[in-house]
Amino acid sequence: MIPEIGQFALILGLVFALVQTTLPLAGAHFGIASWVAVAKPAARAQLLFVAISFAALTWSFLTHDFSVKYVAVNSNTQLPTLYLFSAVWGAHEGSLVLWALVLSLWTASVSLFSRSIPPKVLARVLGVMGFVSVGFILFILVTSNPFERLVPAAIEGRDLNPLLQDIGLILHPPLLYMGYVGFVVPFSFAIAAMLGGRLDAAWARWSRPWTHVAWVFLTLGILLGSWWAYYELGWGGWWFWDPVENSSFIPWLVGTALMHSLAVTEKRGTFKAWTVLLAIFTFSLSLLGTFLVRSGVLTSVHAFASDPARGAFILVFLAVVVGGSLLIYSWRASQIRSHVHFDILSRETGLLLNNVFLAVAATSILLGTLYPLIVDALGIGKISVGPPYFNSVFLPLMVPLAILLGVGPLLRWKRDSFHRVWTKVWPIGALSLVIGGLFPLLVMDFYDVRAAFGMILAVWVLGVTLRVLFEQARGRGFISVSRSFWGMTLGHIGIAVFIMGITLTSIYSTEKDIQLAPGESYDLAGYTFRFDGVTKITGENYGGSEGKLTITKKGVYITTMKPEKRKYRVQKQPLTEAAIDAGLFRDLFAALGEPLGNKGAWSLRVYHKPFLRWIWLGALIMTLGGLFSASDRRYRKLAGRKKKQRAVVTEAVS
Amino acid sequence: MKARKKRLIFIFVGLVFLGLASWLVFNALGNNMSYFYSPTEVVQKKAPEDHLFRLGGMVVEGSLQRGQALTVRFAITDTANAVNVEYTGILPDLFDEGQGVIAQGKLNTAGIFVATEVLAKHDEKYMPPEVADALEKAGKMKTDVPATELQNDS
Repeated sequence: MIPEIGQFALILGLVFALVQTTLPLAGAHFGIASWVAVAKPAARAQLLFVAISFAALTWSFLTHDFSVKYVAVNSNTQLPTLYLFSAVWGAHEGSLVLWALVLSLWTASVSLFSRSIPPKVLARVLGVMGFVSVGFILFILVTSNPFERLVPAAIEGRDLNPLLQDIGLILHPPLLYMGYVGFVVPFSFAIAAMLGGRLDAAWARWSRPWTHVAWVFLTLGILLGSWWAYYELGWGGWWFWDPVENSSFIPWLVGTALMHSLAVTEKRGTFKAWTVLLAIFTFSLSLLGTFLVRSGVLTSVHAFASDPARGAFILVFLAVVVGGSLLIYSWRASQIRSHVHFDILSRETGLLLNNVFLAVAATSILLGTLYPLIVDALGIGKISVGPPYFNSVFLPLMVPLAILLGVGPLLRWKRDSFHRVWTKVWPIGALSLVIGGLFPLLVMDFYDVRAAFGMILAVWVLGVTLRVLFEQARGRGFISVSRSFWGMTLGHIGIAVFIMGITLTSIYSTEKDIQLAPGESYDLAGYTFRFDGVTKITGENYGGSEGKLTITKKGVYITTMKPEKRKYRVQKQPLTEAAIDAGLFRDLFAALGEPLGNKGAWSLRVYHKPFLRWIWLGALIMTLGGLFSASDRRYRKLAGRKKKQRAVVTEAVS
Repeated sequence: MKARKKRLIFIFVGLVFLGLASWLVFNALGNNMSYFYSPTEVVQKKAPEDHLFRLGGMVVEGSLQRGQALTVRFAITDTANAVNVEYTGILPDLFDEGQGVIAQGKLNTAGIFVATEVLAKHDEKYMPPEVADALEKAGKMKTDVPATELQNDS
């Protein structure tokens, strides 16, 4: 009964989404006020029914209703309760319901926090969001119904993939989806503005806080995914340039470009056409990401459950959304004119370059990700593009961006003098050369030019960012600094920390596959790993072996590490559970391989990774920055009152 | 500076940058691409002898040899032909005899494929598309093997 209610609610959700897209768009076009007024209630009703549907699916998991096929395939009575919740989005069908739920959450939030937006504009925005909803709910109902019954009902479920039985995976998909789907808001504002024919700075101001929030979620989602891959996949890497990782990273890069470009459009009224295009591409790339992950066209660690037949639907939908938006764009773009001029040395140019670098980086990653698919589709052969491609393309693009990032926030809008900028940056440049250049010599075990280079970049970014902050606060105190300025500052400090983390981890990590018998030990980066043998263990839904490693440094006891090798009973799947001793300045990582010979020896994987945590710390600081920017006072005023505020030119961009 | 001249500079710089970026991309792409070959293609000497490539298929039952050291030997087959593989390191969790696998590496002079990386997928039911494809091709040549059964159904 409950699953049928779920399915029925989803159908009602579709009906309301249809109402939400047709009436308000038509109403706004023909000027029918009563149709325009339908937008808000329809959006909220859609949320209500999609939420009921989601709750029904969750209920089916909690009550172990194995007459529902999706539950039978992805759950089990032995599964711990916490994972019963996350199993809802553990596979394709459920994760799409989550996608739809997240979309209707964003839609309802826009309808709630939109008092300052004219009803006609809002009707168009919600109409566009409703259209996306229609596509997705239809996709679920037609190709991937999670409420499909299994006759006869299974007695026991097939269990959730063991890799997904983890706290990181409970949170990773919802956060990622909040980010992906969140970019629907700037997209809808852009389309609505084009439909209405009023492409002024207003749409940019309305969509800025939303873009920041979506970006924060996406950043957190990617961060969690990276962290999960590090400790759960047992490889100890934090980024693999895996096609699915890429398909979340590409929207992130373009979304970052969008945030910066929106700032120019809002404050200076220029870059209008480009910003609209970026808004379209950010969301389209999010859709493409969903397509790549869910269609099964990729050989990837994420291809847990995928079905090529479904790919066709998303591909058609993608074509409609991208094609439709670009059509509207080509129809309206000729009317978009920016009448603001700026010099070559100006903040506008800085942000333009930021956009160019980010867009080129995103394109090159997209190319590397799609190239194997294109080659395969053309029947030339089957190829794969390895991580070295991405590293050798991405890093050279990010170095100039980091150098630029130091100068950008110092620049004035419209025009600046080279002399003024030079007197401000040269001391910081010199300082970063000294500090960064000496850092590997003083702190690390050996000197490496690449490490020095990375550290110089990081100190440079940090130095200029702090200098600009102090300049902003001079005479007025840090309290007076606006939140959006803090947002920019934190975002850029996050980048600096991130650069330090990446540089030091990639250059100074030691990774070894070794073979140890009980009692033997191995020295790695000053730490002694002593292997004390393996014992049998039994968990809630798995059995396995647990190794014991005693770590000492110069004879002093540091910690005991207990890596596990699990075998899940239902899925018969082995799983390596690595042991990690985390620290701010170094991580120790140990994973069990296989037993070797008959003397109790095992193969082991041991890593020493300095400054690894700084990568995620940097990303966290960035998200904090995003939150500060999104909560800037002028947006809150905007939400409360209709009064239009003129932007202060000296106020910084985030 | 006149607006026209400024625009020309912008366009010129943009083109130079775009050229550099494309050079970077295609240069890197050329160096880091690896083609996929099936065991049959390797036996037929279609695979490159001096370039990294990917070899995929099923691990032959009973072929896995673990020594006292970290080097393991096994054979990969597409049901028609098999190639011997050598790998030093820890194999992934889902690596097993009779399972689909992709290895990246080079052929040595003895015709043994020395793998630098071995990928087994993270779901016991999952079959990498390349491998499924290779098995199907081999299956067509040798019709007694129902290769479609090996394909992923989920």
